[in-house]
Amino acid sequence: MTPKPKISMYWASSCGGCEISLVNIHEHLLDVAAHFDFIFCPCLLDTKTRDVEAMADGEMLITFFNGALRTSENVEMAHLLRRKSKLLIAYGSCASEGCIPALANLSSRSALLDTVYASGPTIANPGRVVPAPETVIPEGAPLRLPVFNDRVQTLAQAVDVDYVIPGCPPESHQVWAVIEHVIHGKPLPAKGAVLGAGDKTVCEECKRVKREKRVTRFHRTYEIIPDPEQCLLEQGIVCMGIATRSGCGGLCPDVNMPCIGCYGPPAGVKDQGARMIGALGAIIDVAPMKDLGEARIEAHIAEVLAAIPDLAGTLYKFSLGGSLLQGGYANAPDGVEAVR
Amino acid sequence: MTKRITIDPITRLEGHGKIEIFLDDAGDVEHTYFQVPELRGFEQFCLGRKAEDMPNITNRICGVCPEAHHMAATKALDAVFGVEPPPAAKKIRELFYSAFYVTDHTTHFYALGGPDFIVGPDAPASERNILGVIAKVGVEIGRKVIDCRSRNHGIIKLLGGRAIHPTAGLPGGWSRAIAETERAHIEQVARDNIDFALFSLQAFDDLVLKNTAYLELILSDVYVHRTYGMGTVDANGQVNFYDGQIRVVDPAGSVFAQYDAADYAQHLSETVLPYSYLKYPYLKRVGWHGFEDGARSGIYAATPLTRLNVTEGMPTPRAQEHFDRMYATFGCAKVTDRRYAPIHHRLATHWARLIELLYASERMLELATDPEITSPLVRVIPERIVGEGVGSVEAPRGTLTHHYKTDERGLLTMVNLIVGTTNNHAAITLSIKKAAQSLIKKGSVVTDGILNKVEMAFRLYDPCLSCATHSLPGHMPLIVRIRDRQGALVQELRQDS
Repeated sequence: MTPKPKISMYWASSCGGCEISLVNIHEHLLDVAAHFDFIFCPCLLDTKTRDVEAMADGEMLITFFNGALRTSENVEMAHLLRRKSKLLIAYGSCASEGCIPALANLSSRSALLDTVYASGPTIANPGRVVPAPETVIPEGAPLRLPVFNDRVQTLAQAVDVDYVIPGCPPESHQVWAVIEHVIHGKPLPAKGAVLGAGDKTVCEECKRVKREKRVTRFHRTYEIIPDPEQCLLEQGIVCMGIATRSGCGGLCPDVNMPCIGCYGPPAGVKDQGARMIGALGAIIDVAPMKDLGEARIEAHIAEVLAAIPDLAGTLYKFSLGGSLLQGGYANAPDGVEAVR
Repeated sequence: MTKRITIDPITRLEGHGKIEIFLDDAGDVEHTYFQVPELRGFEQFCLGRKAEDMPNITNRICGVCPEAHHMAATKALDAVFGVEPPPAAKKIRELFYSAFYVTDHTTHFYALGGPDFIVGPDAPASERNILGVIAKVGVEIGRKVIDCRSRNHGIIKLLGGRAIHPTAGLPGGWSRAIAETERAHIEQVARDNIDFALFSLQAFDDLVLKNTAYLELILSDVYVHRTYGMGTVDANGQVNFYDGQIRVVDPAGSVFAQYDAADYAQHLSETVLPYSYLKYPYLKRVGWHGFEDGARSGIYAATPLTRLNVTEGMPTPRAQEHFDRMYATFGCAKVTDRRYAPIHHRLATHWARLIELLYASERMLELATDPEITSPLVRVIPERIVGEGVGSVEAPRGTLTHHYKTDERGLLTMVNLIVGTTNNHAAITLSIKKAAQSLIKKGSVVTDGILNKVEMAFRLYDPCLSCATHSLPGHMPLIVRIRDRQGALVQELRQDS
């Protein structure tokens, strides 16, 4: 009997939701166990990094790598697993585009450490202690911590990535579809392909009724109770569906909440936020002002858009790390205050 | 010569937690260090965000318990926007939260903590996992566990929009109401959950309590700590996961403090040590006195066991029967009409978790059959921005507190988070030290069994370091390395060898 192909799943700076999305294929887990040697997954199995280090290069068929690269050890693991895996898949939003942890790239490392360890209503830290890569102790050699890097990187910013499975986290039925594809030995798509998702937008999957979009003002989610049938964007709620890749099935609009963009930009779009801001500008109703001249119309559009505060956190909530911006603090010196 | 034992997730690379044990010249444990090597910094990068985004942003603190962060954030927003949700919205939130408790406690008992007992603490590490549990108890039961997780994740998705990282929480309510057909389905799921919880308690009885060796382990002094304990109680002084006041009892069982979550900063402080990215909360009034047990140390725990230690009995009948039985087993006297002196044997946390599983199931049924649960009135539109709010729930791993301040536009200017596992950071450190001190004596040879028993000392907390550092969850694979002062390897033990 030929040995089963080896697969692994690793988390870097992550929340564990990607592991749960795999566990939530529920009874299909038994199929995974039947077809693969699931050898390395710190969340679920006791196999060790050392066992991975001992493997031949490329010995693992697939590694599903989730989590962003926040610390020195996240980066080291990315390099190790790249070497040991034939196919390295960026699994989930953190690994593929930085996700919410990459919002940290909007401020400096020192501001972050200061907020976490030196301010806040419950901190009692008069000596302003900040955890350090090395702590000298009386008992012997120093205690070590991984280095907290200056900025969050996506997996592809550190190593070569074969495929991406988007989503925060990826929907479990999509994960199973990818695994089933491999089990059946079907040919794999070209390197760089996005797996487990569609190539249109969330709007294509959303059940809400869409008409011509003409928005006179935008609302924050708590300000209105939206009509249950009509497109949320048409009702002035900033729903990211129009700038987000399909694949989830339109879940959030289904419960009257806007898409927040967790599947990243749709096929052919590099920058999700830029796509969205373009879309927002285009749907603002300027018909009543069309005779007032371009300057007035632009001022009006700017005024309507001003009702949406925190554009970075709204339009790039998931995609900042992998976007053209990559967060504003690449190599910024410590001590520079965040610009918003 | 000082010997150094490193319990590390193999190399520093796996990064979930690391334990260093130092032996003195006599071979006894001199000191232990527990390190958490991860940080993401939500308190910083949430600043400037819209407050109403927090239920979605803080979900991503932890993918294992996003529902807890979602709920604490949503409750904090009620306060930030000065709005009282309609009764049906509160009930839907608690119903959703009950389904979450059922999945979460099930996952811990069968996949994470349970294998130590069901498969055995001395079983090979390769069998101490969910597949080992299934092999021991049969595929039929494995399927029951998978079904339980599946049907409750279905309810989470139905009510919250997504099975992982739900989205329905809003200041002043919940984004969807429940239709009667959905309600009937939820009622059936709740009934199935009660059966499953009773089955799990029976399994605990048969496999653990009736096994003399396991019972001795639970009752042994190795896992005893007399710290303060914390939990949320309702107006009757009884357990509630969704809402209530925070109660702290002292090691003898007297109520030390009871307060509104909004006042948490008057009661809790956090210290920072240079070798762990995770902070150490403690009771402000008692103070931080290092890693010491007892009433004079501000260290407290917030776990399923402490929640039962602070409660005036369980609010549901079947959970109450098992509650009485557990305290009787430990010979605890009553300190009030309904509350017992605290159990300090920390391995009883596993038992308490199953009693909570039953309570969550019974509570879910109460809510699913509440006539108001299908009311369409689930939202109130806020009319002002108060600018500050605290939201608190009992996360499965301990009391969870979110505290926000905003500017006049509702943009965040301050975020403070004290999460489930973080409460227990110092207590976990204590437990590791005690287990090491009890199990490693006079230079005795450290065996693999000892290693797992040290690991059991922290696994009982179900430590979610993802929550704690706002980074990584889980079960920590371990290796022990014994080194001399120069760093030369004297002995190495691995769980999976």
